[in-house]
Amino acid sequence: MSTVNTPTPQMLDDAFAALTEKIPYISFLGVTFQRRGDEVSALLTYTPDLIGNPILPALHGGATGAFLEITAITSLTWVAALERIHSKPEWDGTFAPQPKTVDFSIDYLRSGKPQDAYARAIILRRGRRVANVRVEAWQDERSKPFIAAHGHFLLS
Amino acid sequence: MTDDKFKDSIVPPLQDDNEDGLLMSALPHSRELGMRLISRADDEAVLMIPYDPKLIGDPQTGVMHGGAITALLDTCCGTAVMMSSKKPSSTATLDLRINYMKPATPEKSVYAHAHCYRATRSIGFVRAIAYHEDRDDPIATASAAFILNFKGGSA
Repeated sequence: MSTVNTPTPQMLDDAFAALTEKIPYISFLGVTFQRRGDEVSALLTYTPDLIGNPILPALHGGATGAFLEITAITSLTWVAALERIHSKPEWDGTFAPQPKTVDFSIDYLRSGKPQDAYARAIILRRGRRVANVRVEAWQDERSKPFIAAHGHFLLS
Repeated sequence: MTDDKFKDSIVPPLQDDNEDGLLMSALPHSRELGMRLISRADDEAVLMIPYDPKLIGDPQTGVMHGGAITALLDTCCGTAVMMSSKKPSSTATLDLRINYMKPATPEKSVYAHAHCYRATRSIGFVRAIAYHEDRDDPIATASAAFILNFKGGSA
């Protein structure tokens, strides 16, 4: 990456907040993010509204699947935003259009326990038009993901 | 999609409105999304999410987030599995693959129709379509496998 700009941490925080805090569905689900360099760490805060099976109880597969999709998209938008911030001498505060999901394939590995969940995405490839992303979420142990997914996203 | 039953079936409306309430009270997250059971028949189910600004995924366009459609398709597929002739006591998603054909139109409700086209002793196989009015013009299609649970062990 040819760096023209050296953004301050404050500038990065503001850009990250602008990117993640204005999407109603992300707030509805209760997902929050932290930036770790160019990587994004996602947190799904437990509430009883996330339950899909009250008898076990277990988190709703739709909610946890959506959590992974949100994490994948936010990871892509953050990498794209960083490129803009770094490459433009004076970044105008705008972002690239949101990636559109082409397909998303979810593996349910274990039932989601009624507690917080964490997710991280790996961008396997980010081409000019399509990105290929793998994403996993876990609860107590990072080495025991309870849900994993693989998706393709249209970037332009 | 070469599934004649899926294509042609017209699932009859619910006889009892309370069925919807019963299903949604058992699924807190579906209820939070405003999801409704529209109808169900052997091996099939139709569910719906009304448009709601809280479900927007792209504030610039007002389009509903794909995640809400994921939840709709997952619940709809699970309901179709519960309606299969194997009559499981509960079911859980093993895998769910969704292909997105087009964004949902803002202000419109999204429907999903799922068909459990095969159920073995342990697995239910399901196809589903998400759409507004016309199933031939889908927002998304899904293919899923569910594990079947039976009270007191396997059938």
